[in-house]
Amino acid sequence: MVTNTISVSETPQVLYALRRADDALILGHRLSECCGHAPTLEEDMALANIGLDLIGQARALYALAALREPSLEDGRANTEDTYAYLRDVGQYRNLLLCELPNGDFGRIIMRQFLYSAFIDPYWRAMMKSSDAQLAAIAEKAEKETAYHLRYTSEWVIRLGDGTPKSHDRMQAALEFLWSYTGEMFDTDEAEAMLQAEGMIIDASAIHDGWRTTVQTILDRATLTLPQSAWMQKGGRSGRHSEHLGFLLAEMQQLPRSEPGAVW
Amino acid sequence: MTPQTDALLRTRVLHALDDVTDPEIPVLTIADLGILRDVRVHNGVVDVTITPTYSGCPAMNMIALDIETALARAGIENFHVKTTLSPAWTTAWLSEAGRQKLLAYGIAPPQEGSGRGSLFGTVEVACPQCGSTDTSRLAEFGSTSCKALWRCNTCREPFDYFRCH
Repeated sequence: MVTNTISVSETPQVLYALRRADDALILGHRLSECCGHAPTLEEDMALANIGLDLIGQARALYALAALREPSLEDGRANTEDTYAYLRDVGQYRNLLLCELPNGDFGRIIMRQFLYSAFIDPYWRAMMKSSDAQLAAIAEKAEKETAYHLRYTSEWVIRLGDGTPKSHDRMQAALEFLWSYTGEMFDTDEAEAMLQAEGMIIDASAIHDGWRTTVQTILDRATLTLPQSAWMQKGGRSGRHSEHLGFLLAEMQQLPRSEPGAVW
Repeated sequence: MTPQTDALLRTRVLHALDDVTDPEIPVLTIADLGILRDVRVHNGVVDVTITPTYSGCPAMNMIALDIETALARAGIENFHVKTTLSPAWTTAWLSEAGRQKLLAYGIAPPQEGSGRGSLFGTVEVACPQCGSTDTSRLAEFGSTSCKALWRCNTCREPFDYFRCH
């Protein structure tokens, strides 16, 4: 049984699937940390349910990556589990936004809102992918993210337009998270190749619609869009914040210390 | 194996699967729910295809296990259970019998068209206890991925609403 860090042959298709899968897994894991800690039982269940949706989406995307990855030199093939449990920080390709520590309930909601307002129209557009398997994953995911967006939008408005204290906390959450949103719309050469084949859409094409959704909700929430245009990037190429290491240490502890353990 | 014996075997499979229910909503069979997508028999080999209601539905492994058990009990040995994502499951696949069973069980069946559209679309959901449509949503996400929590303002009973998807 293997406990060592795996190597991954990152062809453009594999890299793409891992990026989307890592976003979903890491954000899903962050939400799972809220289980038992949300302000009320209803919100506890909501956050756990959203996390469950994301981890389910991650599984489908990892399975796709495994299918598309050329087999390794020693004949082994990677699986959903080896991608999740046996890659180290530098091999993770998720957005920095997804790995940021939870903070208070307001920040958890704001992070989920900013992401959902992007990923919901993204998956909807991806339903037209020339790749039948990606289109199927998109079709499934989009139904789920539509609920995530509605749920988080309602909370952003409720808290932003709530008490002075909740308003200030939401504004602070927005200021904290804002510089991590730019990375969602980036593309690179690997993705450009897949775009040329019609397999994936250009994420930057989502930006204007995202901005409109965010502005609409923030207006109703009496919150102010930050002016700063500077954006922090690095997650897509494996340059992460220190927070991801702690997250992986917890998530990977069991499979690393008990190799081959099964349910 | 002839086409006739394959057809007979398929009937036996479908009959055996009548006993397989959703572990979280035990009044619904997987056929009622629309999770059971396809049963094919070719040369005595059975292929059962199921589709998840939600990507992360934790019941899928258990449902696959229950299918295997049901087929084995019926003396059917040569089978495969596989999962497909496309076409994506929708509440429209819930059979009319399934909707009635849900209602009798105390879960309000999904209202078509309430899934998306406007960000704050409103939907009229009738209370499964007293039938009143004076109801309100308590929580978007309920006891399972597929349900939301509602309350009847007439009889004051809280109830589960099967979310439209």
